[in-house]
Amino acid sequence: MSAETAEVEVVEKKSEPLFSKKNKKLLTNPLDIDNPITVQILGVCSALAVTTQMKPAFVMSLGLTIVTASSNVVISFMRNSIPSRIRIIVQLAVVSLWVILVDQILKAYVYDVSKQLSVFVGLIITNCIVMGRLEAFAMGNKPWPSFLDGIGNGLGYGLILMMVAFVRELFGAGSVFGFKVFDAIGVHYTGNGLLLLPAGACILVGIVIWVQRTLNGHRESH
Amino acid sequence: MEFLKHQIEKIKPHFEKGGKWEKHYYSFEALETFLFAPATTNGIKGSQIRDAIDLKRLMMTVIIAMVPCLLFGIWNVGHQHFLATGQAAAGFGDKIWVGIVQVLPIVIVSYGVGLGIEFVFATFRRHPVNEGFLVTGMLIPLVMPPDIPLWQVGLATAFAVIIGKEAFGGTGMNVMNVALTARAFLYFAYPTDISGSVWTYLGDAKAVAGYSGATPLSIAADAATTTGVDVVTKLNEFGAGWNEGVFSFSNMFMGIMPGCIGETSTLMCLIGALILIATGAGSWKVIVSVFVGAYAMGLLLNVIGGNAFVEMPAHYHLVIGGLAFGAVFMATDPVTASQTETGKWIYGILIGVFTVLIRVFNPAYPEGIMLAILLMNVFAPLIDYFVVSANKKRRLQRATV
Repeated sequence: MSAETAEVEVVEKKSEPLFSKKNKKLLTNPLDIDNPITVQILGVCSALAVTTQMKPAFVMSLGLTIVTASSNVVISFMRNSIPSRIRIIVQLAVVSLWVILVDQILKAYVYDVSKQLSVFVGLIITNCIVMGRLEAFAMGNKPWPSFLDGIGNGLGYGLILMMVAFVRELFGAGSVFGFKVFDAIGVHYTGNGLLLLPAGACILVGIVIWVQRTLNGHRESH
Repeated sequence: MEFLKHQIEKIKPHFEKGGKWEKHYYSFEALETFLFAPATTNGIKGSQIRDAIDLKRLMMTVIIAMVPCLLFGIWNVGHQHFLATGQAAAGFGDKIWVGIVQVLPIVIVSYGVGLGIEFVFATFRRHPVNEGFLVTGMLIPLVMPPDIPLWQVGLATAFAVIIGKEAFGGTGMNVMNVALTARAFLYFAYPTDISGSVWTYLGDAKAVAGYSGATPLSIAADAATTTGVDVVTKLNEFGAGWNEGVFSFSNMFMGIMPGCIGETSTLMCLIGALILIATGAGSWKVIVSVFVGAYAMGLLLNVIGGNAFVEMPAHYHLVIGGLAFGAVFMATDPVTASQTETGKWIYGILIGVFTVLIRVFNPAYPEGIMLAILLMNVFAPLIDYFVVSANKKRRLQRATV
């Protein structure tokens, strides 16, 4: 009798839908209330560096999403066999595998973007978001939720990157994805040089955080 | 006046609690207290004696101190315009008129945009409109070139008020001087409109033969890269044929030279400094120490030597660029300066030192006072922290318990 009931429980667990409420949260939380850049304040360095134009920002977000999701899955599979004292170096080895793959693909197919991103693709290895998600999530969760968490955080990062890059490129250089918007509609536009400087990006990220906190009713905890 | 008061009394109930424009009470209150002395009195309990000076009066004192700079600036814009276009015989009235036409729109845009944002934030955050912008709104035009596009003034003011002040919590909370934030914004966002040959308003008229838009700082920076020249000789030679002796020491002290609207004249800044010190609105320690710091650094560089700019007489540093204006009106900002008395000396001297260092060693930024003050604004709380903890340490050592 007892054996039968135990079996039933296992069956119930397995039948948890792929996009259960909990799993959906893993995807949507990083977009807003748990955003890697504006809430966890991770990966700000690359967010300031690659957002002068939308194209490299887009490629960078894509690269980071792929790397975070794939590394999360791999580490999650390995999580029970990684000795905790050397886990960081194991994580780094896995991450660098994916980063090298992404870097090679970029070099092969979009060489000019790869040149613009320069060291920042390579630096995904040490990107705080990747390391942070591996440590905080993949080490303690199953592969599928880890995959969703990686995708979610990558999208959250990408969302902020695209917002910042849109404002920077539109008002700094007067274009969107390299398309000269203001020239096309026949308006003369003087580019705002401050937005093209990293300081301008820092201010923009600050504004995004300000607006987000106002909308979410954030209160500083003391 | 009675009529106005009557009208205000009549519409007042609409703005009070329960009235139909309750939301806009603070905008109304700002207007009412601007026109008439507030009728509020202290309650029976609590403090009974108060100083008559409030934020509004303090701000007005600073504005009065800026009036000499503003008036001189208006005349100077016109004067330089006629000199550069070869009409040196133009009358006093013509010069004032050209100056007013150039300067007044900048003042109006600065106040309009800034106060507009203040009112919006006050309404949303439900607090009285602060008077903090009164001074900032006057400082911004005074540090602009006369020919600056008005939309840039508006944008810079909006940026400075929102990012420089409201993001930190409003009046009295800002880390950096708001007016300098506006200027720094323009300096980095639209460098072509606020550096180079923009310091004289030419309008449609053609510049006179031999005209050059160089400034004392750019002449000195050029002299630094060529050998065998002397900055003072170069400055004295400048303007031959159309504006003789414009960069002689006495002329630069008087401020009859191209530059930002209000900051060319060291003399007018010193008059403003006298007003600030006499009324207690500005700290004399900060003003004096900025000058001392710049002069001492200039002397030190003279001793070290190296190129023509380094060897420029130290007292020239005090009259070229915006050092005097920055020292008197920007560095003394009570919100962003050091609060401790010892800290004020350190803060001021470091501003002076950094100004000269940036001028001499960084050709990319010809004017150092703006960056020096913004930098020290950031460090002012740290200076205070060390002054206070040093004081604590000293007193604890003295304690015998």
